[in-house]
Amino acid sequence: MAEKREITYLQAINEALREEMQRDENVILMGEDIGIYENIFKVTRGLYKEFGPERVRDTPISENAIIGAALGASLLGFRPVVEIMHMDFLNECGDQLINHLPKIHFMSGGKLKTPVTVRTQYSLGRYIGAQHSQFFPAFFMNVPRLNIIVPSTPYDAKGLLKTAIRGNTPSLYLEGAVLYSTKGSVPTDDYTVPLGKSKIILDGEQVTIVTFGMTVPTAVSAAEKLRDEGISVMVLDARTLSPLDKEGILKAVKKTGRLVIVEADCKTAGAGAEISALVAEEAIDYLDAPIIRVASPDVPAPFTPPLLDQYLSNEEKIIKAIKQVIR
Amino acid sequence: METKELLTMHTKMLELRRFEEKVEELYAQGLIPGVAHPYIGQEAVAVGVCSALRNDDYILSNHRGHGHNIAKGVPSKFIMAELFGKEGGVCKGIGGSMHSTQLEVGVLFTTAIVGGNIPIATGIGLAIKLRNEDRVVVSFFGDGATNTGAFHEGINLAALWKLPAIFVCENNLYGMSVPVSKSVSAKNIADRGVAYNIPGEIVDGNDVEAVYNSTLKAVERARRGEGPSLLECVTYRYKGHGIYDTGLSYRTREEIETWKKKDPLKRSENKLRRKGVKKEQLMDIEKDVDSIIEEAVAFSKSSNYPSWDQMLAAFKV
Repeated sequence: MAEKREITYLQAINEALREEMQRDENVILMGEDIGIYENIFKVTRGLYKEFGPERVRDTPISENAIIGAALGASLLGFRPVVEIMHMDFLNECGDQLINHLPKIHFMSGGKLKTPVTVRTQYSLGRYIGAQHSQFFPAFFMNVPRLNIIVPSTPYDAKGLLKTAIRGNTPSLYLEGAVLYSTKGSVPTDDYTVPLGKSKIILDGEQVTIVTFGMTVPTAVSAAEKLRDEGISVMVLDARTLSPLDKEGILKAVKKTGRLVIVEADCKTAGAGAEISALVAEEAIDYLDAPIIRVASPDVPAPFTPPLLDQYLSNEEKIIKAIKQVIR
Repeated sequence: METKELLTMHTKMLELRRFEEKVEELYAQGLIPGVAHPYIGQEAVAVGVCSALRNDDYILSNHRGHGHNIAKGVPSKFIMAELFGKEGGVCKGIGGSMHSTQLEVGVLFTTAIVGGNIPIATGIGLAIKLRNEDRVVVSFFGDGATNTGAFHEGINLAALWKLPAIFVCENNLYGMSVPVSKSVSAKNIADRGVAYNIPGEIVDGNDVEAVYNSTLKAVERARRGEGPSLLECVTYRYKGHGIYDTGLSYRTREEIETWKKKDPLKRSENKLRRKGVKKEQLMDIEKDVDSIIEEAVAFSKSSNYPSWDQMLAAFKV
């Protein structure tokens, strides 16, 4: 039995980076303020010191060139892990991230591989305004062959990051900033978590919650409260949105016959819309009630705490949705 | 330059010209689908640059890239079959006219997005440097690309990290229909090198020897570890932006004719004649090139279209 200990989500990411850099010298890091400053949350703590400026490279504020340079280095066998400081800044690198990175393998007739991991964090819930808070993973779900990884626990954060770095396809790895300080049990031994496999965090009989990323702990705590009221809720963490674990989601929905999707992104054409469509296409006959989505409203995230608290997919909204779906 | 060297370059330029002329013909016949961007008129740039590179040096090409690819050593037939969309193509017919990868001769990637290969070249340069190799990477792009953020971000980074990259701007005076005078604020594109503390040189892009010599200087600098250079090769495309464009709605016939007087092939031919190369020898070269092109067409016609399964197989990683 492998030894386990409690570490934070942030430490788990840091460990994955360190261990992969120790394991394979082709793993290099690039990004803004990741070197001597060790990232704005200290995710890259100690790495610059351990691996030096050649392998932990501070870059100018040039997001498009960061992704492009990582892509270029990957064509010669490197496995760059690049950091974009805020998910909102992915908008600066659309050409390289969308129009180059996931297409080059295909366009070259399979001759080239682009094993690049793009790490970024979404700060929704941190009261820092609309331009540093957007969580919009579904944008990228419409880009074929770009893995979208949305870990919610330290265990998954570490295991999924390792899988991304070792894989031969490009990945977008989305860290929930509000999750950085959350703790969980993580083995000391090396392990990976496969892409496209969801995880049932709480088993239940009456309703299935499908969620991912920062709303997972909120959904779990809502489900636990409902359990005290005698309502049995299953919570399924999708863990990756691309590839999406269709089989796992359908199985979970078929078991309870009721589905509530809990997501932190905006409702219209969000990730939950795809999950709803999947269930509607392939399991509608199993549903005993209409699907409900608990998502952010279709407005940018407000700054002021009372409004942002109202904006988020919180416990209160989840509980209300569950009660509605079982009515 | 030795006669033999110039003769080799002249032959390659002729192959590029005949290739594109054939593409126009086949497009008109409906044998080539989609789009292609003819390189006619700019041959001295691709051949001059690639002649200054080793086989194991890398190039990244762009939408007007058939010439770069063939000049770097990709057999014409593989490019032609790609244009046909056939499995014998350089990307198995999946990429199309604007994509090519042939690792054996250092053709890494060809992008269809203006400026798109510049940051990628920076990454290739970084990889070369981290591996302590003495290769170099060339990024080919047009004048229009120098107005993109990718140009500025990519070259700044390459200059900052002193990477072995050569940024070759083919200034053919038009970004699609817009003249450089209406799109570039700098007096010369080469001047933009100053902003990144790297050499920027204006080169006669219709003189293969001049392009070769300037590239060689930039390559040597890169191999010495002194960082990138920017070459502005001034040239002209005789045809429209794409094969569908006459190129006449925004340019005059007089302007095109003026440039044809500075034709890169005529210039190399005149030089060769002055060096004592016989007319018969040049005629023989014409015949050899024609047979390469004919072979490319025959190869492309006989190659099959890739199947859906082959396409999915290309996705395996």
